[in-house]
Amino acid sequence: MPDILRGGAVLLAVLAVAALPLLTDGYWLSIAVTIMMYTALSTSWALFSGPTHYIALSTGAFYGIGGYLVATGMSDFGTSFWSMMAIAPFVAALLAGAIGIATLRLSGVYFVIFTLGLAEMIRNLVSWVQNNFLGSKGLYVLTELEERHIYWMLLVVTLAVFLFGWRLGRSRMGFALRILGNDEEVARHVGIDTARTKVLLFMTTGFFAALVGAIVAPRYYYIEPNVVFSPELSFLVVIMALLGGTRRLYGPLLGVIPFTLLWEVVSASFPSATTMVLGLAFLLIVYLIPDGVTGLIGKLRKRSVP
Amino acid sequence: MNRRNFAIASAAVALSLAFAEAPQAQEPIKFGMVAHLSGPLAGGEAVTHLPNVQLWVEEVNGRGGLMVDGKRRPVEIVQYDDKTNPAEHIKAVQRLASQDEVDFMIAPYGTGFNIAAAPIYARYKYPLVAVTAITDEIHELTAKFPNMFFTLGSTSGFVEGVTNTLKTLQSKGVIGDKIAMVNVADAFGIELAGVAREKFKEAGFNIVYDKSYPLGTPDLSPVMKGAKAAAPDAFVAWSYPPDSFALTEQAIIEDLDVKAFYTAVATAFPAYGGKFGNAIEGNLGAGGVNPNTDAMKAYRKRHQDVTGKAPDYWASATYYSALQVLEQAIEGVGKVDRAAVTEHIKNNAFETVIGTIRFDKHNNSERYWSVGQWRGGQFVAVADTGMGDSVAPVAKKGWK
Repeated sequence: MPDILRGGAVLLAVLAVAALPLLTDGYWLSIAVTIMMYTALSTSWALFSGPTHYIALSTGAFYGIGGYLVATGMSDFGTSFWSMMAIAPFVAALLAGAIGIATLRLSGVYFVIFTLGLAEMIRNLVSWVQNNFLGSKGLYVLTELEERHIYWMLLVVTLAVFLFGWRLGRSRMGFALRILGNDEEVARHVGIDTARTKVLLFMTTGFFAALVGAIVAPRYYYIEPNVVFSPELSFLVVIMALLGGTRRLYGPLLGVIPFTLLWEVVSASFPSATTMVLGLAFLLIVYLIPDGVTGLIGKLRKRSVP
Repeated sequence: MNRRNFAIASAAVALSLAFAEAPQAQEPIKFGMVAHLSGPLAGGEAVTHLPNVQLWVEEVNGRGGLMVDGKRRPVEIVQYDDKTNPAEHIKAVQRLASQDEVDFMIAPYGTGFNIAAAPIYARYKYPLVAVTAITDEIHELTAKFPNMFFTLGSTSGFVEGVTNTLKTLQSKGVIGDKIAMVNVADAFGIELAGVAREKFKEAGFNIVYDKSYPLGTPDLSPVMKGAKAAAPDAFVAWSYPPDSFALTEQAIIEDLDVKAFYTAVATAFPAYGGKFGNAIEGNLGAGGVNPNTDAMKAYRKRHQDVTGKAPDYWASATYYSALQVLEQAIEGVGKVDRAAVTEHIKNNAFETVIGTIRFDKHNNSERYWSVGQWRGGQFVAVADTGMGDSVAPVAKKGWK
């Protein structure tokens, strides 16, 4: 019975969120698109980085691939937005697989550095291909899609991420992942194929990041490689996920909403201080709430029960 | 909940920046502006856009403001920084339109930003008189966004300007047919180089060196050495500001012996002339103006007096002219009515510091200078589309 109730509540909440564009189509919708986008990105990021503790700064790279493939497909090859949107995540997932096989044996800090460089490497590769083979007439993404359509598509992706995460938590693979996160050595000894598990999860985050990048591309109309492969995005995703906490599926959501609003206030009122705020937020989160908002709530709950 | 409420409240109390103190008897007309105060395009913004906005506000408010509804209302600028980030840009435009509820908008800097902002301008019916947006898709874009106007020309127009300039020099026997061409491997550079490859060949030139370098390359000496080794008659670089400076520096070091030397963006900046002095006499670059009309002379003097800086020799005057178009259209309509102002811009001619601006049926003004040449401390137009007042190009004399 409680399960049905809970399911009903979730359904109602989703419907309420989906109805938002009917209430507002201006400023708050653009904020909502940002929140939805970062929720999908942070949650899928946390699915991999939460249990494995690999801090991946590659979100920007995969997101960029999504946006860029849509743009080049539509401008250089005359394909439709929909087919490029369908292809892009698979390309990113394959790439993530290749990168994962090559790098997930690297431990901790080496992996972080590699993923940080990845966006820059792909940006240069893309520029090189454009310069030598495609030429460029400016990459235009001209569609009939409006902000609310983008919002709804992002909502579907976010729901898919949550559904995937929920299924994962109840699967053998999710169990394997938790053991792996606690102690990789133990995991290997009990017969878990740790490399395969990590690579598969990394591919999933790449898949979703590229899908989000592809969906958001029509919002910008004009794509330049040095703009879509932004390192800032990778950092924002990490900070938001850590702020919310990565132990629970809904954790990143609790980080994304306050941080997006804070970021909005800061960019509106203190335009020259945004980078500083980003750095301070990072420090404060790591020092004060290492388990994020969800971790904090859990701790407070425990304390209140004698 | 508290945090959220706080955020909502703070977002509403957005920072607004009025440049000039105007007599506040009448309620001001608000103009929204999203500027790149930081990030890669902040330099161009600071040279070409911001001083002109300052100058324009001061001039208009000096007269008491814009004449609407039979009385003068001062203008006020509401400005945000987007850190040269399109996502931030869109959010800021949206904020201006629906939170600050500005009456009009001032066009942003850069092709990508004008296009990214266009749909929001269209939704709220803001006329968008774009300046620093150069594209070959003008017809498609204005069909999609009928409130968007273009003033600084197309990619093809720019390459044609360079081709014609080189052709003129060739026919005078100044240069032969050998061109060394380099480009920055980024959107604008790749596009221009692609068009130029065709146009140069059509015009009978021989590209003896064709090389690109990544955006942000710190050392361009190999590029210049390679170009020199090809012994060209003319050197053409489809470059961005940092590399326009760096390539010129390398050309001086290598003493590249060409009679035509072209670098694209930033050659028209006063800082370019200021840095290289006499060494760049005869250098060619994107832009140029006719500095000898009365309107242009007066504009350059006022710009210097009010902002303490010289305007650039390319988009500065056009940007100021775009503000004049907006100003005259608002006064022509006599009301703060954005749709009517857009219609007025489509159907009328405007007297500006670059002469008369009139838009064709594709909202495009086919009057712009495309190539300039440094002559005695000024960057004078030597090729144009529809202007008809550029002078003939001359040979570049050595670097010393």
